[in-house]
Parts: sequence; structure tokens; C-alpha cells
Amino acid sequence: MTAAISARGLARRFGAVVAVAGIDLDIPRAQIYGFLGPNGSGKSTTIRMLCGLLVPTRGSVTVLGHAVPRETEVVRRKLGYMTQRFSLWEDLTVAENLDFMARVYDVGREMRRARIAARISEYGLAPIAGQRAGTLSGGQRQRLALAAATLHEPQLLLLDEPTSAVDPQSRREFWESLFALVAAGTTILVSTHYMDEAERCHRLAILDRGRIAAEGAPKELARAIDATVIEIEAEDLVAARRALAALPEVRSVAQLGHRLHVLMRRDTPEPERRLSAALAPHCPDARVERVGASLEDVFVAATRLKDGDPKELAA
Amino acid sequence: MSWLARLFAIAQKEVRQLARDRITIGLIVGIPAIQLLLFGYAINFDVRGISAVVLDQARTSLSRRLVGDLGATQVLGTIRQAGSEAELRGLMQEGEANVGIVIPPDVERRIAEGGRAALQILVDGSQPALENVAQGLAAMPLLRRAGAPAASRPVEILVAWNPERRTAVQIVPALCGVILTMTMVVFTASAIVRERERGNLELLITTPVTRGQLMTGKLLPYVGIGFIQVTLVLLLGWWLFDVPVAGSLLDLYLGALLFIAASLALGLFISTLAQTQFQAIQMALVTMLPSILMSGFMFPFEGMPELAQAIAQLLPLTHFNEIIRGIVLRGTRLADMGPELGKLTLFLAVMLTAAVARFQKRLD
Repeated sequence: MTAAISARGLARRFGAVVAVAGIDLDIPRAQIYGFLGPNGSGKSTTIRMLCGLLVPTRGSVTVLGHAVPRETEVVRRKLGYMTQRFSLWEDLTVAENLDFMARVYDVGREMRRARIAARISEYGLAPIAGQRAGTLSGGQRQRLALAAATLHEPQLLLLDEPTSAVDPQSRREFWESLFALVAAGTTILVSTHYMDEAERCHRLAILDRGRIAAEGAPKELARAIDATVIEIEAEDLVAARRALAALPEVRSVAQLGHRLHVLMRRDTPEPERRLSAALAPHCPDARVERVGASLEDVFVAATRLKDGDPKELAA
Repeated sequence: MSWLARLFAIAQKEVRQLARDRITIGLIVGIPAIQLLLFGYAINFDVRGISAVVLDQARTSLSRRLVGDLGATQVLGTIRQAGSEAELRGLMQEGEANVGIVIPPDVERRIAEGGRAALQILVDGSQPALENVAQGLAAMPLLRRAGAPAASRPVEILVAWNPERRTAVQIVPALCGVILTMTMVVFTASAIVRERERGNLELLITTPVTRGQLMTGKLLPYVGIGFIQVTLVLLLGWWLFDVPVAGSLLDLYLGALLFIAASLALGLFISTLAQTQFQAIQMALVTMLPSILMSGFMFPFEGMPELAQAIAQLLPLTHFNEIIRGIVLRGTRLADMGPELGKLTLFLAVMLTAAVARFQKRLD
């Protein structure tokens, strides 16, 4: 089976601003594919180009075997889209919103009744079915939006930062719903800036200033990280930090409670000993330990430590 | 089938949302009612009880009857007799009389021949409204009764359908158009821009809904609202100001439908330009004021400068005013108003094409 989405050299500029600077994508079917990136990295612009809302400045896109934007209208029937902002109608009730969306997608009368009932029970909307969408909480809105986006059983779901206004419990439930959809064969593309969400994706692309900085399964990315990760425990973390700042091979230092999390150049020989030696005069109690990379380390290494960038020490 | 089903889904959603928007519902009924009362009672172009002086040089039974008829119109209040032209001018100069009427000695022959003016009306030009009064007097049916050829006086026609020259009779039909202009354009423009502002449109345009379904579905409910407003104005006009509908009601509603469609198309076009509801309302106002001032609602169309007349030709209200005054006051058939219908249809076609061309199912 072909990829759900493939793109070559996809780029988009808004006037002088380059939002997406030429990316290649091959998103396999029946998986959750994540776009991880800071605000302004081109996540939304890319998703909007995939569903034909924006026309690429250059490059080509194929979605579910159809060229976009030429065959956008064909694609739209097979696609569900959740916008970053809640975009159902706040002055309609939950049930009315679902009914409207089902009709817009040409779901026949009988089918409509069955599917709406199914979504209402699946996504726990029964108690609020008669409530206006404007009165719902963040988590409820999001469940409603997902229910509305899946009424026509799309093959592909595009979710643009779906959990940005949602509490952790609702986020967990939301992801469980996504895995249920994937199990039924749906391909999901989700953008996020939460590490824990990115970790749940089958594959992900780390976007940075309109480019893909790294791409792969979260575990692969952690293994392939272009840095050595060291953690330091010490009494005087301020002094330790100052000492680390002087070392050219230290690329990033972040404090996590009582520890410092350090990314070093990968080609540094014997990194633990190098750091211990550098710290000894300032904080003799420092304990240095090499640890596995987290996705956050991957993200930092991929987005903020590119060649030519100033060393990232502030964070 | 599914094409219509989707269109209907959108229309129904719009009606549901409207029904929950109490203030808008209030405006739909309130705007026509308030405007009608305001314009019907407060604006009064009628001039009555003007003081006049008559110099009757003929002193025949006909001339006495002419003076009597003039008095009966109530436009002239006290009518004084002057013995000479000097006395007449004197009275006018002192402000004792604002209008002077001179009946020449050979008035009967002048009426019979129909060539020269039978009466001479002198007007105090320092008072603006009086010239209209003079024209009104000149158009009084008294001359026809005296035997003058009727066809040579086109002004007579107007007088014949509003003999008392009551403002309400002219105002009520024209108010239909003014109210539709005020509400239809703003309602549609903001209905679509609201969806853009709230982010609904971004979702809606990623669905299989076509541009045609989206636009027609959103506009359809407003056609109904337009009809409600027209009906309300005409009912109130008939009930409060005794303005009957002389022509066919079917013609009236067909004409109104065309004008509503033209106004909605304008609103639609504005909605493709505006990013916020505030901008949409400002743009609607830009078209609203000229419509109200230049369409012949406020000032007689013929009295406007040529440039203003040319601009007025671009406004749908100008043509609708012609149509509705024709149907309501003169009982004209819609089929006889080809030029107006044509211009309205042209406006509708141009606006609709522009709106559809500008409205893309994209964000860029």
C-alpha cells in the first residue's frame, strides 16, 4: 500500500516570510505520525497545505493517492481535520453540531443516526448532548471536535495541536481514542509541542524553522541523537553551571530540580572524566553520570544546536 | 439530491443560529417598525396653509372658481385679494403673502387655446420649500377641469395618485427598500464574516461543501427575513398611514425578491473583502448612505446633479424604489418595468460573480 501522505520539496512563503522551507514527507498508513516543533516552526502551515487550505509555493504533495491541491475536493471526502482552535458552532448544541457535520459529509439519514449515537457513547458526550458547544470545557470541546471529525469515517485525520487547551487526564483519554482509531486503520497526523505526546507517536518529524530537523521513531531518534547526555548532581549548581559554560564541548545545560542536564558534543572523548575534571575546583562534591537521551534532548539537539548557532546555555 | 441536502443543512444551521440570537431577531422586526414610525410621522414634506394673494384681472365665474379650488387644496391658507399688480408685489415684499397668483383678463381664452400659461404664480424665492408648492399648484387638477388638454401636463399624473400630496404615501413604499438595504447587506456580510472570525470557516471549507452550497445555504434564510420585513412595512403602512397597495402583491414580492437577492449579493461580496465583522459593517455603511440619500428616497431623483444621478444608477435601491413605487402607488405591472428589472439583474449578476470569484475554499 502506498504512503498516506508523501511530499517532496514542499515549501510555502508568506510574502518575505518562509513558513515551510522545502520538506519531504512519507507518512505510512494506519500509524500516528507526529509533528513536533515550537510555535512558528511550520507545523500548521504544512497541515494546511496537506488539506488544500493553502497552496504550496513549490513542491508536490500526494494525499491518499491524490495530488493536492489539484484533487483537493476528492481528498476532502476522505479526510478529517481538527483545527487548532475549536471551530464548531458554539451556539449549536453538541448533537446539532454532530448532525450538521454528518450532513455536510453526506452521511445518509440511517447511517447518520447510528454514527452520531456511536460517537456520543464512544466519546462520553451523552450527558452533554443537549448542551451548547460554547458552554463546554476544553476537554469536552475536544472530544466533540474529534467525534465531528470522524463521523464520515475518514481514512486520514489531521489534528493541529489538538490538546493545547486540555487538562492531562483529558489528554490521556484523547490519545487512547486516537489509538483506537489507528487500530481500525485510520492514519493520523498530529502536531504538538508536548514531549510526552510526541513520545506516543509511531513516528515523528521534528520541525524547526520550516525544515525537518530530525525524523524517525521516538526511540530511534533518542539512539541517534547527535550529543552525549550527562547529568550532574552538586550542592552549588550555580557554580557548576558557570564552570560548564567555559567548556567548548558543552552544547546545552538545563536544570532539572537538583540536577543539571548537559548535552555535550558527541565526539568528546571520555565525556564524564572531562566534566569531572572541569568541575572539581569549583564544586568538589559533583557527581557526574552519563544517561540515555530523552525526546526533549533530541528536540533540543535537533532544533537549537545546529551548526553555527550560539551555544545554548540559558535554558 | 445530496447537493440540495447539504444546502438545506447549511440553511437550517443558519436559521437555528439566528433563532438563538435574540438581539438580531429583535432587529429584524424592530428596524422596520421603528423606521416606519420615525419616517412616517416625523418626516413631513407637506406644506400647508401658505398665505397667498390673488390678483384676479378677469373677474369671471371661471376665475372665481379657480380661486375657490386653490383654497380647497389647503396648501394655501388665507387668500387675500389684491386690486393691482403693485399691491400684490407690495404684500409679497412685506411678507404678508408668500405666493402670488395672477389671473390674466383673458384667462378663459388662454385655457381654451392651451398654448400660453393660463395662470401666473409668483413665488417668494427666499423660502426654499415654496418653489415646490408652486409646482404643486401648477399641477393641480383644476386646470383639467377647466378644459385644458390633460396629456400636455405630465406632472398631473403624480398628483392624480397622491392628490393630497401626503408624504407617508411616498415614504412607505420607499421605506421597504431602505430597510432592506439597511438590514440585508449587514446581516449577510456579518453572517459570513462571523464564521471566519470564529474559525468556523476554516473547518467548513475543508469539508466537501461547495462554494455554491455554502453561499446559497447561508443566504436563503435572509430571503425569508427580507420578505418578513417587506410585509411588516406594508402592513404597518396600510394600518397606520392608509397606504394601500394598488398593484399586484405577486408582482410586489417578485420585485422584492430580486432586490433582496441583489442586496444579499452585495453583502456576500463585502464578506469576501472584510476580515472582521466590524470591517464588514463599515463597508456596508459606505454603500448604505449613498443608497438612502441618492436613490430618490430623500430627494427627487431629477433634481440631483448629473454625476449624482450616474452614481445613483449603480445603486440597486434606486431601481427598486422605482419598481415598488410603481407597484404600490400607481399599480404598474412588474412586466412593464423592464429597464429597472434589467439593471437590478445586472447588479445581482455582477456582484454574485465577483463574490464567487473572490470566495475560495482556501485560506491564502
